[in-house]
Amino acid sequence: MARVASTRAKVGYTVAAWIVALVIFFPILYTIITSLKTEQEAIAGFNLIPSFTLSSFEAVQSQNNYWRPFTNSVILAVGSTLLALVVAIPAAWAMAFSPTKNTRGILMWMLSTKMMPAVAVLVPIYLIFLRTGLMDTRIGLTVMLMLINLPIVVWMLYTYFREIPGEILEAARMDGASLRDEILYVLTPMAVPGIASTMLLNVILAWNEAFWTIQLTTTNAAPLSAFIASFSSPQGLFWAKLSAASVMAIAPILIMGWFSQKQLVRGLTFGAVK
Amino acid sequence: MSSTFRALLGATALCAVGSAAVAQDNTTLTIATVNNGDMIRMQSLTADFTEKNPGITLEWVTLEENILRERVTTDIATNGGQYDVLTIGTYEVPIWARQDWLSPLTDLPEDYDVDDLVPAVREALSVDGTLYAAPFYAESAMVMYRTDLAEAAGVTIPDNPTWTDIKTAAEAMTDKDNEVYGICLRGKPGWGENMAFLTAMANSYGARWFDTEWTPQFDSPEWQETLTDYLTLMNEYGPPGASSNGFNENLSLFQQGKCGMWIDATVAASFVTDPEDSTVADSVGFAQFPNKEGVDNHGNWLWAWNLAIPASSQKQDAAKTFVAWATSKDYTNIVAEAEGWRAAPPGTRTSLYENAEYQEAAPFAAQTLEAINAANTQKASVQDIPYTGGQFVAIPEFQGIGTAVGQTFSAALAGQMSAEDALAAAQSTTAREMARAGYPK
Amino acid sequence: MATRQTQGLARLMRAPAIILLLIWMIVPLGMTLYYSFLNYNLLNPASVSWAGWFNYQYFYTDPAFFAAIRNTLVLVLGVLTITVVLGIAIALLIDKPIWGQGMVRILIISPFFVMPPVAALIWKNMIMHPSYGVFADIARAIGVQPVDWFAQYPLTSIIIIVAWQWLPFATLILLTALQSLDGEQMEAAEMDGAGPVSRFIHLTLPHLARAITVVVLIQTIFLLGIYAEILVTTNGGPGNASTNLTYLIYRAARLNFDIGGAAAGGIIAVILANIVAFFLMRAVGKNLD
Repeated sequence: MARVASTRAKVGYTVAAWIVALVIFFPILYTIITSLKTEQEAIAGFNLIPSFTLSSFEAVQSQNNYWRPFTNSVILAVGSTLLALVVAIPAAWAMAFSPTKNTRGILMWMLSTKMMPAVAVLVPIYLIFLRTGLMDTRIGLTVMLMLINLPIVVWMLYTYFREIPGEILEAARMDGASLRDEILYVLTPMAVPGIASTMLLNVILAWNEAFWTIQLTTTNAAPLSAFIASFSSPQGLFWAKLSAASVMAIAPILIMGWFSQKQLVRGLTFGAVK
Repeated sequence: MSSTFRALLGATALCAVGSAAVAQDNTTLTIATVNNGDMIRMQSLTADFTEKNPGITLEWVTLEENILRERVTTDIATNGGQYDVLTIGTYEVPIWARQDWLSPLTDLPEDYDVDDLVPAVREALSVDGTLYAAPFYAESAMVMYRTDLAEAAGVTIPDNPTWTDIKTAAEAMTDKDNEVYGICLRGKPGWGENMAFLTAMANSYGARWFDTEWTPQFDSPEWQETLTDYLTLMNEYGPPGASSNGFNENLSLFQQGKCGMWIDATVAASFVTDPEDSTVADSVGFAQFPNKEGVDNHGNWLWAWNLAIPASSQKQDAAKTFVAWATSKDYTNIVAEAEGWRAAPPGTRTSLYENAEYQEAAPFAAQTLEAINAANTQKASVQDIPYTGGQFVAIPEFQGIGTAVGQTFSAALAGQMSAEDALAAAQSTTAREMARAGYPK
Repeated sequence: MATRQTQGLARLMRAPAIILLLIWMIVPLGMTLYYSFLNYNLLNPASVSWAGWFNYQYFYTDPAFFAAIRNTLVLVLGVLTITVVLGIAIALLIDKPIWGQGMVRILIISPFFVMPPVAALIWKNMIMHPSYGVFADIARAIGVQPVDWFAQYPLTSIIIIVAWQWLPFATLILLTALQSLDGEQMEAAEMDGAGPVSRFIHLTLPHLARAITVVVLIQTIFLLGIYAEILVTTNGGPGNASTNLTYLIYRAARLNFDIGGAAAGGIIAVILANIVAFFLMRAVGKNLD
């Protein structure tokens, strides 16, 4: 039975949904607006119409070159994600298609490694990084971020792979497909969307990591989290500048997120849809 | 610590010494700085340095104060050698120097003129007569007040006010209906925020943090009086939400004309008299940090941001060249040329205060120098004390203790506990931490 | 289909991830465990000695310890409640036919992309500041005294900030689950005269159970480790009003540079987190199969 949604109801829902969306988005919107204000305007009370000056962005850029931390953020986020996928895909695959009675336990254990407070292990890790020459290197930090997010990646991929019906495999096998063919031609195409969304989520998590990326870098590998730390709470009130720096730090990932939100949404299911 | 580990540390230290002699060509210095105005200005003025020293490239790590402190402490304590020049406060210098973490700043270039450094500052940065850090700018604390409001209220604030004078003036100037509050003081918790002020205030009330046996003294009548008067001042004449106000918040309140008086760091003087940012620029008066009648003590607040060279740096010579440049008399001239005399880093050099152009551009110069020179960091309290430091106690444990105590005092200001309870909590927290750290040592 | 050959291969494929995570867990954990029995202050590296159980005892007897545990639970439960309840409400709303659905979804998802310290800075300065924040502007506009959020309601303020960050995550998972709800079943129920409330309780909610479980599980893992938001806004105060366990450890490690004490705190936190995880799995784990 097809129901014609009454236009009036649709208007109501639309208005309500937009209000909710704008309220949630407001802090970000206001930051963007403030970044386009002068410092005097920024503390002069509520005002949604800035004078559209780019002076704060220029000031930020001249104080601290944006492009190096930006490049580092991209390399770290993408690098750690790819590395995590290389390790996690086979593991998740094996767990999904040849589960043992320990599989669930192993998965839970992996997640529980994320519960260790990072700050408690800072000094040991710092010493390891110093002694192995990994301090302030992109490689060291990439591995670090990979390890931090690996449990989530394995878990996401596992739940995703598990939804691939086993019968397809059996059918392929009956037709005489080898294990290699099976993986290459049957499973990979089905798994790609899941892998893609996992990748996106992991890039976001790696981009936003702000403890290790500050503690284990000085200049060469410092990403945008360190960039932001050079603008928070200075002497004096510089909110337009702070807003500009914030916008610069979150804009790339925000834009990426907007463009890929459909894929991301699928990834975020964690097999929650059943 | 395991002996292997110690051996490793030792080996790294040796490496550092061994390679220090490497030639200076194409050296890259990694400099850790705090993100305040003077430091940022320095980054933009380094062209002069790189011209004179073509072989040295500068890499900056600019961080917010707390993150900088964490980051730099971890590195220096693990002998990491990630930085060649550090920006550190007067609090760290003596502690780190005693650990042999800093290279002594001996044989600075001839024209550096060490004797030109303001004596109180130089003393605070020296251990056993050896200088371990070069001051970039320095500050004490003083009263800044609105001359127009004082006049309108019919009160005068003497050059050397007592706390009674301050209280009287605060009462007279307060006009809550028009959002004018008689006094603005720090309330935001932190050893460098509210505790810097409260420790200085306690000093001027004759209180002390510890007796000679390192027993905390929050149960003393002096501390009781300090905290009670502070709470009275703030509750009756202070702005709302004072328990989250730090230096920045008070600065903007004062600039917008909402404070009758503000007692804080002397560097604020150049901000509140800056007509571009301050609405009250032409009606600000200055007075020395108050004291309690009969107590000869004006808080002894002394802070400086300094450049130091970690012993673990492998580029000692280049680093020393840079430190000498950035804290030289010449640097002051470079700043004056680029941005005017007002912007010159204050508090570190006597010659700056003898400069007529500076005196004219900075009406607060004389008061600032007087406040800095009056600060005695070797004996901050009128009672006998086992520690040094002015608005802080120069022991490694103070960061933690000061912040914990600051939290309880801030809670008292927010009305969440009484003064008595706050003092009792401060006493037990401090006693606990000191026992853990093994005092008396 | 599980032949011996595929079993062996599966083991091989699992191995790298498991081995890496084992190393990643055991090495730091082992070192933390070792440090937790030492008197080791980073600022005094020369005097390191065996401490026995002292660090644990010291951490446990910290006057802030129980407050921190309570605050940790309030924080986690508060954020979970807000995100799940609001998440369901918002998911239901944007699942309806509306104009500009794509754009609405983009706006709602956005907070998830903001770095925690940036989020905290934005809320602290732009939104909740007692003089210049938007909330203060609103309060003045309607003629009431602005609220000093971080002094008067410190933990609540932090819950609001964190909930804002995690609401998109919850909403999206719940929305995806909602979209797979069987429309015919819903209509049948409607024809049988079931009202919207009863349909929600008897059809929608059970259908969402699995998604809610995922939200609770993943968020709990992240929420137990919150500290950046506290550091930027309240520093754990006033008093200990917004100190959680992670922040307490942070304080020991980064303010006191007490490596031994922080390590002991870390071990205690791991044990507590695992206890929470254990009960969580017992309570909701069956939803995951």
